[in-house]
Amino acid sequence: MSNLIKDNAIVSDEWARVTPPSLGEETVRKQAGKVVLFKLTGEETFTAEQIAATQIPSSGKVLVPFTVWLANKKNLSERMSQGEVGLLIATHEAIENLISEIEDINAFPIVAVYVERFADGRIFTIGNLLRTRYGFKNELRAVGDVLRDQLFFLKRSGFNSYLIRADRSAEEALSSLKDFSEPYQGAVDNTQPAWRRVSR
Amino acid sequence: MYKYDAIDQQIVNERVAQYRDQTKRYLAGELSEDEFRPLRLQNGLYIQRQAPMLRVAVPYGMLSSKQLRKLGDIAKKYDKGYGHFSTRQNLQLNWPKLEDVPEILAELATVEMHAIQTSGNCIRNITTDQFAGVAPDEVIDPRAMAEVMRQWSTFHPEFALLPRKFKIAVSGTAQDRAIVQAHDIGMEFYKDDQNQTAIKVWVGGGLGRTPILGTVIREHLEWQHALTYCEAIIRVYNLHGRRDNAYKARIKILVKALGIEEFKKQVEAEWLHLKDNPNTITEAELARVAKHFEAMPYDNLPAHDASFDSTIATNPAFAAWVKRCVHSHKQSGYRAVTLSLKPHGHAPGDATSEQMQTVAELSDAYSFGELRVSHEQNLILADVKLSDLFPLWEKARVAGLATPNIGLLTDIICCPGGDFCSLANAKSIPIAEAIQIQFDNLDYLHDIGDLELNISGCMNACGHHHIGHIGILGVDKDGSEWYQVTIGGKQGNDASIGSVIGPSFSAEEMPGVVQRLIEVYIQERTAEERFIDTVRRIGVPPFKAHVYAATASKAQESTNV
Ligand code: HEM
Ligand code: SF4
Repeated sequence: MSNLIKDNAIVSDEWARVTPPSLGEETVRKQAGKVVLFKLTGEETFTAEQIAATQIPSSGKVLVPFTVWLANKKNLSERMSQGEVGLLIATHEAIENLISEIEDINAFPIVAVYVERFADGRIFTIGNLLRTRYGFKNELRAVGDVLRDQLFFLKRSGFNSYLIRADRSAEEALSSLKDFSEPYQGAVDNTQPAWRRVSR
Repeated sequence: MYKYDAIDQQIVNERVAQYRDQTKRYLAGELSEDEFRPLRLQNGLYIQRQAPMLRVAVPYGMLSSKQLRKLGDIAKKYDKGYGHFSTRQNLQLNWPKLEDVPEILAELATVEMHAIQTSGNCIRNITTDQFAGVAPDEVIDPRAMAEVMRQWSTFHPEFALLPRKFKIAVSGTAQDRAIVQAHDIGMEFYKDDQNQTAIKVWVGGGLGRTPILGTVIREHLEWQHALTYCEAIIRVYNLHGRRDNAYKARIKILVKALGIEEFKKQVEAEWLHLKDNPNTITEAELARVAKHFEAMPYDNLPAHDASFDSTIATNPAFAAWVKRCVHSHKQSGYRAVTLSLKPHGHAPGDATSEQMQTVAELSDAYSFGELRVSHEQNLILADVKLSDLFPLWEKARVAGLATPNIGLLTDIICCPGGDFCSLANAKSIPIAEAIQIQFDNLDYLHDIGDLELNISGCMNACGHHHIGHIGILGVDKDGSEWYQVTIGGKQGNDASIGSVIGPSFSAEEMPGVVQRLIEVYIQERTAEERFIDTVRRIGVPPFKAHVYAATASKAQESTNV
């Protein structure tokens, strides 16, 4: 049974996620976004070796981490044009830096944002920016530590698909998309605040 | 005050249903302890030393008598018959049962109350001046904007899981009483030179482990942009605030790390995108909310009341109470009254169910059925006629609500501390009680004059000890409870963080230490000086010398024995 919710239904997942191999070396931990003043925030980034050693399946739809995509941009261009390449970004990757490397974000039929921990609310801002600032129109998916209690906020932040954590039921999660019927503030899914939407 | 419409009520009702389901799943074993935790926290439910603790939101400190009655009922029915008013103008219940919480929330919803966002890493209850709308030095009544911001921040999807909690205070007075400088965002409303409502925006203040006063990020913001500008600030924080270390996760740390100039640059760049989006407040929306905060239907009264004046002259106990607990008012012939929740020898900020019922009656009889909670943990009746002060005082006195100590040494701000809180290093309530007993002489207290003494049981600073004229902090030394003392902290426009006077003391020593600090003040003060003024003028050393001279000679004595 699929654990993927898209729009308001459970659907099967067509996208194979590409994961760089772990090479058994010490992992490099990256600094938080562009704020280089900070020490570690504990997020893993892939080394050049890992990226080089990454196997991308030769056919089918693939979800490729940003750094892997960047390194393989040329080889993937053919498949890009066939709509077989999706982009996977992590919450600690500074979105404005990624965007500057991408000619047309809508060339990706899907962008997936990976959230390592439930409590990492950066995913909401990233979704918002992708939709409102960078004009992304295709499928926007939340993956990783995604549980039903984020869904309502994810939806309002511009996401339209959610890969629920494997040990959880997507069926149950589905109902939480409707937890609140008339939210107060304008957000991505509905830009109008309650007082502009209805007469109060 | 604000009345819910169908939309407000629906949100609160849907929240009750959602939490009822979450609790049911938890009790049925479908949700693990770890998974239930963030969910209950978002509904103000902590698990503490004794039992769960439920924090009920009192938006910007405003309550109706009906709501207070309900709180009193809930405290009686589901708890031990009392509640604790907190420094963030909320109410805490210390002993509710986890299984009962959905029912409590459902009862709260019937009186337009909830526990939404009273804990967790989200935008918390927005606080303000307890005299909003009635203070003579008020330039702008901030309550309508506070309500607009409450609605905007409720389940704000982008800011549901911030790096850490986020506290906003608003104020609209010449003299700041909302401690805007000790908040993640402080909004100071004023009239600009075009006579338009504008906001001076402070950012990056906070107490806790690393006390920092806020910095002005924008001197002039048009009120229409209050929400979008906050969105810009919080967005920068959400993306770049630290998430690896809870002690370094508040926005103040980010602002310090980047420097205010760089932080401001990022916020302003973000705001260029957000400015004028649909969350921009319109005149019509502000007016819709503001009509709930219009002036009360006051009588036209002269500035003086003969019976009041003569009672003052003949009844010294009443006069003492008026001096400390009655405050000036915008409207001629009216006063604001503080009902002290600091009777000597009791936990500061606690009120019994009976007291809540009494206050509700008093507010119905004398103050248009409304009241406020102050961050100093007292209750306020904001609109009382001069001629009603005497009967009000008599009734309040019977209920133990008329200790004439507001603004005095025994009006202690105090966190729950080691008796209730599992983070505590030391108890705080017994220290407060011991100090109140030590100074249980009203003439002496009045002679000492204005003095703010604040106590926290650990460096999280729930008791605001950093900004107390005298601050007491519970510390742990080899597993036993000690207390560190600071002096020279202050809230207000000229806020400051206190300085530590030296090594910490045992619980038994504390009343004596405070006594010694006061002795130096009495000795050194000039005629008009308050304690804080003397500390600022002569500095810490004379206080330190006197306090430690005493403890040194005591140590000497005990070694001689
Ligand atoms: C008993 C349960 C409580 C727990 C577990 C608790 C926990 C905490 C923690 C961990 C912090 C530090 C947060 C940080 O610096 O990021 C904090 C701050 C604070 N708490 Fe509490 N608290 C409790 C009760 C209270 C009560 C009863 C009050 C009001 C009397 C209160 C008022 C505050 C305030 C005003 C701060 C803010 C200081 C700042 O600006 O950083 N808390 N609390
Ligand atoms: S200051 Fe410390 S001891 Fe007191 S309530 Fe806050 S966390 Fe608990």
